[in-house]
Amino acid sequence: MACIEAHGLRKSYGKNVALDGVDLRVDDGRIVGLIGPNGAGKTTALNAMLGLTPFQGDLRVLGRNPWSERDLLMLDVCFIADVAVLPRWIRVSNAIDYVAGVHPRFDRAKAERFLSKTSIRAASKVRELSKGMVAQLHLALVMAIDARLLVLDEPTLGLDILYRKQFYDSLLNDYFDRNRTIVVTTHQVEEIQDVLSDIVFIDRGRIVLTATMEEVESRFAELMVSPANLEAARALKPMQERQALGRTILLFDRTDRTRLAALGDVRTPSIADLFVAIVGNRSQGFVQ
Amino acid sequence: MNTSSNAMPDSPAGSHEVAVTASAPTRPFFWSLQRELWENRYIYIAPFAVTAILLLGFVLSATVGIWQRPLHIDATQSPEKLADPFNLAALFIMGVTFIVSLFYSIDCLYGERRDRSILFWKSLPVSDLTTVLSKAAIPTVILPLFSYVLTVAVQCFMLLYSTLVVAASGQSVAMLWSKVHLFQMSSGLLYHIVTGHILWYAPMYAWFILVSAWSRRAPFLWAFLPPIGIGIFEHFTFHTRHFLGLIHYRFSGPESQLKGHEAMGGMFSIDAGAFFSAPGLWIGLVFAALCLAAAVRLRRYREPI
Repeated sequence: MACIEAHGLRKSYGKNVALDGVDLRVDDGRIVGLIGPNGAGKTTALNAMLGLTPFQGDLRVLGRNPWSERDLLMLDVCFIADVAVLPRWIRVSNAIDYVAGVHPRFDRAKAERFLSKTSIRAASKVRELSKGMVAQLHLALVMAIDARLLVLDEPTLGLDILYRKQFYDSLLNDYFDRNRTIVVTTHQVEEIQDVLSDIVFIDRGRIVLTATMEEVESRFAELMVSPANLEAARALKPMQERQALGRTILLFDRTDRTRLAALGDVRTPSIADLFVAIVGNRSQGFVQ
Repeated sequence: MNTSSNAMPDSPAGSHEVAVTASAPTRPFFWSLQRELWENRYIYIAPFAVTAILLLGFVLSATVGIWQRPLHIDATQSPEKLADPFNLAALFIMGVTFIVSLFYSIDCLYGERRDRSILFWKSLPVSDLTTVLSKAAIPTVILPLFSYVLTVAVQCFMLLYSTLVVAASGQSVAMLWSKVHLFQMSSGLLYHIVTGHILWYAPMYAWFILVSAWSRRAPFLWAFLPPIGIGIFEHFTFHTRHFLGLIHYRFSGPESQLKGHEAMGGMFSIDAGAFFSAPGLWIGLVFAALCLAAAVRLRRYREPI
């Protein structure tokens, strides 16, 4: 069954179109990176999936309409909408009591086990914790909930690299299994590309690419070419051309790797480079 | 259809854990109330603080008589005079609870949007209805009953302390007890709180909660300025004061609708039949229900500020 299924999903704020007909399908057990420039509609799309905002079009999350069946949906869906949305006045122990008191699928022992590995004390108030510790606390609360879909919107924004790495390590090692689905947005694409199983590029309210990581590897290739072979390589119609360290790098979509290999070094592009190529090219008329 | 198709995917590994944790009983309403008490500790600290000041003043006055003479009982004293400090204590405790309730209800749904914590609360399976009702319960049920218990406790203490002082100075304890009618006072107070502070003021608190759910800034101004503006507009345009009269009627309590009705025991007495048959009561309660329904709906749409 599809965890998330959207057809013609639309949302506008006045004249400003945030989602312009999004079609998307996310299967169970995937870790999907929703990647887009600022204002592309990432947060709006997530808010629609979480029943935080009404929308037009067809959208089902775990088989439910997130807007009209929100209360039921929240038993199976969990989200971290932003860094530091935990109330500043709450004590760590109170936060655990509260979630245990309202969520039937919360495992208190699991949350406490996770927190015991950190330097967060149960008697502390959230306002006394550093930003990184607040993120750890929030993650501990969320990971102890046996949810089927976890949505993370910029969960590590403003954290230092150690906390960011730890955050995703915990998520992968202590939380993720094949029964769960994770959707994550972030600007630090390079850091999570090994974590993801799928990527979705969104730009100006439209999906411009959806692919599994395997598809990215087989479909896209980056060629480092020497000046002598440049014209031959350009003849193969690269999507994008850029200069790095005095060499030319060309990015190809669905081009035979053996032919490229004859012209220079071939490798799989990073998600960040792919993103720049696809989303950057869209303004120059590149159509997916 | 939903339940059966949902049940399938998590059957192999997830089912055991779900079976264990799903049995955990949840009490969203109780924990929502608890959350309000954690967040807004002033709502009970302020009445306690006033109580402490009151008791200190009473003890000093009754023992050493800072302003007048120490506590003195004689046959000529009227029970009303002796009951004065008791009534005054009730008035102060209810007054501060009223002010606290007002601040609380104007801030309750605004604050969670301002500090963005609404995104956390909404990530948990607690409906907007539960949240709004738990917040509405604080000024309309919890705080009035709390002020009642506190007042009765204070009055008991005052009577006991008076007894000690009277006995120690060799005066008649029996005369004191015959003049101070504690049970009558506290039952009258309960009636006053249920009719006035709970039923009569409910629409006012509901309006504040609605403003709190709606406004993007300065909820205090939105709570008070529009009603005053309408009143002023009416006054200048039609030279009438119906709207201002309506607000005054609501603020000043149910007694004002029954002018000329002989009050039986000072501030907390109004005939129950007259109170419950007053249309103002029922119209107010319908208004309160509409405001709360609108607040529930607004909370669904509202985003952090």
